[in-house]
Amino acid sequence: MSKISIIIQREYLTRVKKKSFIIMTLLAPVFMAAMFLVPAWIMTRDDTEEKVIAVVEDETNMFKDVISNTQYLKFEYLEEATLDDLKTNFSDKGYYAVLYISPKVAYIPNAVQLISHKQPPLDLTIYIANAIEKEIEQKKLETYDIKDLDKILKAVSTNIHVQTIKISDDGIEKETSTGLSMGIAYIGGLLIYILIFLFGAQVMRGVIEEKTSRVVEVIISSVRPFQLMMGKILGIGLVGLTQFVLWIIITAVIITSAQSLLLPDDIGQTTQAITENIMSAAPVEQTQVPVTQTQDFNEIQQVFNSLHSINWGLILGSFMFYFMGGYFLYASLFAAVGSAVDNETDTQQFMMPITIPLILGLFVAMGAFQNPESSVAFWCSFIPFTSPIVMMARLPFGIPYWELILSMTILVLTFLGTTWLAAKIYRTGILMYGKKTTYKELWKWLRYKN
Amino acid sequence: MKLLEARDIVKQFSNHLALNKVNLAVNEGSIYGLLGPNGAGKTTLIRIINQITAPDNGEIFFNNHKLKANDVFDIGYLPEERGLYRKMKVGEQAIYLAQLKGLSRSDAISRLKDWFEKFEIQAWWDKKVEELSKGMQQKVQFITTVIHEPKLLIFDEPFSGFDPINANIIKQEILKLKKKGATIIFSTHNMESVEELCTHITLINESVSLLEGPMDTIRRNYSLDEYEIGFRGDVNLLKATLTTQYKIIESKQRNGENFVKVRILNNISTNDLLKTMLSSGNIISFREIIPSMNDIFIRVVEEASKKDK
Repeated sequence: MSKISIIIQREYLTRVKKKSFIIMTLLAPVFMAAMFLVPAWIMTRDDTEEKVIAVVEDETNMFKDVISNTQYLKFEYLEEATLDDLKTNFSDKGYYAVLYISPKVAYIPNAVQLISHKQPPLDLTIYIANAIEKEIEQKKLETYDIKDLDKILKAVSTNIHVQTIKISDDGIEKETSTGLSMGIAYIGGLLIYILIFLFGAQVMRGVIEEKTSRVVEVIISSVRPFQLMMGKILGIGLVGLTQFVLWIIITAVIITSAQSLLLPDDIGQTTQAITENIMSAAPVEQTQVPVTQTQDFNEIQQVFNSLHSINWGLILGSFMFYFMGGYFLYASLFAAVGSAVDNETDTQQFMMPITIPLILGLFVAMGAFQNPESSVAFWCSFIPFTSPIVMMARLPFGIPYWELILSMTILVLTFLGTTWLAAKIYRTGILMYGKKTTYKELWKWLRYKN
Repeated sequence: MKLLEARDIVKQFSNHLALNKVNLAVNEGSIYGLLGPNGAGKTTLIRIINQITAPDNGEIFFNNHKLKANDVFDIGYLPEERGLYRKMKVGEQAIYLAQLKGLSRSDAISRLKDWFEKFEIQAWWDKKVEELSKGMQQKVQFITTVIHEPKLLIFDEPFSGFDPINANIIKQEILKLKKKGATIIFSTHNMESVEELCTHITLINESVSLLEGPMDTIRRNYSLDEYEIGFRGDVNLLKATLTTQYKIIESKQRNGENFVKVRILNNISTNDLLKTMLSSGNIISFREIIPSMNDIFIRVVEEASKKDK
């Protein structure tokens, strides 16, 4: 077995066996799955609980039977009762809430009150407001005495929903969702940023640990400093990959096993299809999804259709690539910083030049998912120090392949360069003790021969 | 036969010259002392032999060829600043270090088991290094240094941090390794152990090698022609007889007998000295005073620094 693989093995195994690794690996997907499932769960729960709402008005009876019942919402119009009667005992009578409509409602917007013990869901208040608005509009229009008003209204009534469809160069149409692309861009960019920092800092700590424990002198009497540095970077990189792959698998397992319990079948199948899609990492053009009856579900379905339109293979593949590329680039710099100091508190002065491009990258990425074609985002997706983060934020919106390939090539070339430079600092730094290192010193180390 | 030869090694750091044309010739099977005050350049030389750093000039020959990367498998190095991974288990760590020295995993395990048995430390195998005392860690590190049975062993202050009992155990192990054919380079400030163990020495001071050769020869060369004579009789009478050609350095009484240290100033034979003394009393002992390595060390270094001024 070659020396570098012995080193990789040690770096990998000691970290993977750690309790903190196992806990992180298990907990993160639980959070991620919760992010997916909890909103869906809340949505389905609200729909299945029947609510009866008492409607009270003063004298006019203008709104009698105006608000129609739905599957889970029943409105009972009480002609005789007054608000004061019901206010105290509506829940005893079996009502979820009391809706009070004041006669001044046509002129004062907040003349409608919904009294309940629990905070009513948003869609309930929107539903009521829509119904009353419609009725009042209708009444107001009637006062103009227009002939055939009903017919005219019916004729002009329109309902618009903007559907975004992307056509690729070879003419395949895909239903897309801007919101979804933004979400993926956001998560992708942020995740790369976090992972580079997380694992880059691990490399730095590993180097400092070897230096302060003085074990490094024994090891580099057996292997070249470059082998030790690369072994460490590769080993920790593999830890990162392992963790990421486990995250995806565990998240998928949690979602697929939980959805059948929590979600209606049709959505369940869709999410299953998505997770399968993610797992196989192959682009699926369109999956036939059972048609659902209500409009709400239609919108959800559209989101899911858009999920299918995302090229998951490309996104995940690029994610892996940019994670590894960005990680290698920064890890070698982190290693150089670790070698130049005696303990972690001294790292501050050298961390600045590393953290600034990373944070800059994140800022540009945050802008990029609102306007992925802005010139700042464009250029930052080629500059290797920001490209892993920024390109991940642009990618879900679709970018030409030449841009992707160019950006990746620059990244690879640069990390080869930084690794070479970092190795020069590293091999001198790990043997320097006591003296506080300055930038001038680092420059000298870079120029040492051999 | 020479196992290791360093020729005209020069190493320049940014603000000082660490080694200036240093030569070294280590015979196979010898214990070679590398001496010198702090900061003289010993560690730099050792690092160059270990290929941790490269010399700016000069060459190292190992086993009759130019030192090459694979030679690290034939060298074992115990640095002065010891260190192991603190969070790693003792056994695992020893296997790791042995593997880096070219042993297979199974080989490493079986050899380590033997050593752990020999030192009676089997119970440490699954302990983390940080749970061990400093002396215990040193023992583990000693084992990992010699585990691959290298041709050349380099010990930098091997006895520091050991109690006298354990220091003796380590010393015996070093001698055993020598008997098995290992060549040992031994860097230390402890001159007693140098006198006890080393056959050859080099003394480095301020990046230059001041002294090199077999220890016996060096000690003889630095002998000041001084003798200690024990006798029964009158000291003042003796002092009167030893005239200008001798110098009495010290005289004292022990158990009713007189001991004087005499230096011969001109090239007079010891027999003449004895003849002169015969008249002043009964001579009961006569021995040459060979300078200790400690004295030689101090003398050579001080002379060198005087010359600089």
